[in-house]
Amino acid sequence: MAHVQRTVEEIRADFPILSRRVHDKPLVYLDSTASSQKPLSVIESMNTYYRTYHANVHRGVYALSEEATAAMEKARVKVARFIHARQSKQVIFTRNTSESINLVAYSWGNANIHAGDLIILSEMEHHSNLVPWQLLAQRAGARLEFIPVTDDGLLRQDIYAQLLQQGPRLVAITHMSNVLGTINPVQEMIAQAHAVGALVLLDAAQSVPHLPVDVQALDVDFLCFSAHKMLGPTGIGVLYGKRNLLEAMPPFMGGGDMIRKVGLRESTWNDLPWKFEAGTPAIAEAIGLGVAVDYLNELGMENVLQHEREITAYAMEQLQSVPGLTIYGPTTESRGGVISFTLDDIHPHDLASILDQEAGVAIRAGHHCAQPLMERYGLSATARASFYVYTIKEEIDTLVQGLHKAKTIFKL
Amino acid sequence: MSMDYYREYILDHYRNPRNYGKLDQPDVHAEDSNPLCGDQLAMDLLVEGDCIKEVRFQGRGCAISQAAASMLSEKIEGKTVREVVALGKDDVLEDLGIDISPARTKCAFLSLRVLHRGLAIAGLETPNIDEEEE
Repeated sequence: MAHVQRTVEEIRADFPILSRRVHDKPLVYLDSTASSQKPLSVIESMNTYYRTYHANVHRGVYALSEEATAAMEKARVKVARFIHARQSKQVIFTRNTSESINLVAYSWGNANIHAGDLIILSEMEHHSNLVPWQLLAQRAGARLEFIPVTDDGLLRQDIYAQLLQQGPRLVAITHMSNVLGTINPVQEMIAQAHAVGALVLLDAAQSVPHLPVDVQALDVDFLCFSAHKMLGPTGIGVLYGKRNLLEAMPPFMGGGDMIRKVGLRESTWNDLPWKFEAGTPAIAEAIGLGVAVDYLNELGMENVLQHEREITAYAMEQLQSVPGLTIYGPTTESRGGVISFTLDDIHPHDLASILDQEAGVAIRAGHHCAQPLMERYGLSATARASFYVYTIKEEIDTLVQGLHKAKTIFKL
Repeated sequence: MSMDYYREYILDHYRNPRNYGKLDQPDVHAEDSNPLCGDQLAMDLLVEGDCIKEVRFQGRGCAISQAAASMLSEKIEGKTVREVVALGKDDVLEDLGIDISPARTKCAFLSLRVLHRGLAIAGLETPNIDEEEE
């Protein structure tokens, strides 16, 4: 894809929020893994919809409704091309990654997972890719097994191979860890799962925003991600599925828009993707997501990845120079732009408070919705800095200065 | 303002918590955690007559939550049940001696919440601190 090489300074100018101040200091936003900031084009696209062509979709025959419907469906096509889906009808709009995973767990899971069936997860899953399967396992009487994590934050491939020998129905794992930054070798893991007849669902909440993802090359069965972590708005997420699987699945929620014909006692279902989109969808948000995809395409996902690798390598180096600081997770080569760490005996919450107040730096502190992973490392919390297209080295320097300040405050 | 959080005595209570540990046979045991941040706190009380004879607490969490717990444990040891039941958020804030931002109130009041839970389990009335927040 053709894209224009732009400097980070030019990119930063597209994000209005980056010019604001926090506690009378320039904002240093290092929490894009929780939610990314939005470029003006995304914000404006949603405003334009509300100001000039707002109407409900898939209903009216008048101009506004036709325009709104066309804009929303165009966004679907953009998303489909972005992840290299064969057809746009394989892109289901949901509220977020969690809802996408729940949709599969209920619709596909209830129909296909039975007593004694095995589902393989990993120890590094976000609660979003853990709790829906716990609920399904309880409903169906199914078994859950977990791929352990090594001390340096990688999945134990030897144990994965052993678990596959038990004949799982489904492997549901994260493409990239939101805590450790680990990018898992999913291409190989999917092929191995398929070799024993298992389907694979990828939690791509962290990967789709940060690296090129090609669902056909991966041959993945289900892929789930959220718009708000990839420069888009909150309130909209995506479920991608293979066509044959989606066609065979019963609806997740009933309501308007998802039906073909409704009788008092029974109904028939609409075609894909609308079969899974009951009720008025998040129209403005879908349009905003489409524009976020445009923005990422203009940058080029290879460039996005390259920029984050540089920033991450720099941050790893700078953070390692802080005495008493411990980084969790793999080496720079197999990680994305996420670094979890602790500093001496300073609790991550105190660290986040000090960084906010003293340096205007926003980082996450806590268990990052991955409590089993925290327990694996004997931790109750870590501090986490994460990076995106607008992160610059000067911000890493500000972070490091803030960490030194925290040590002074804690008399270390 | 926030850096006032980490005054010397707060760091002292964080690093050298008073009454840390647990009791072999407590009359009251209660625990709680903050689901957002994972802070944990457990408290044991030994009640003799109408007096809190001994207090022990254990926990993991930030300096604010652990220092507040340590200070609360000192405050309630030797007090009558009636005096302890009357303790509220203001008493915790007074001991901490700092302004707590909204994001950190859950840290400051975790130990008070656990104390109240323990008292409730023991069948004693407690003020409803959650409603105060609104």
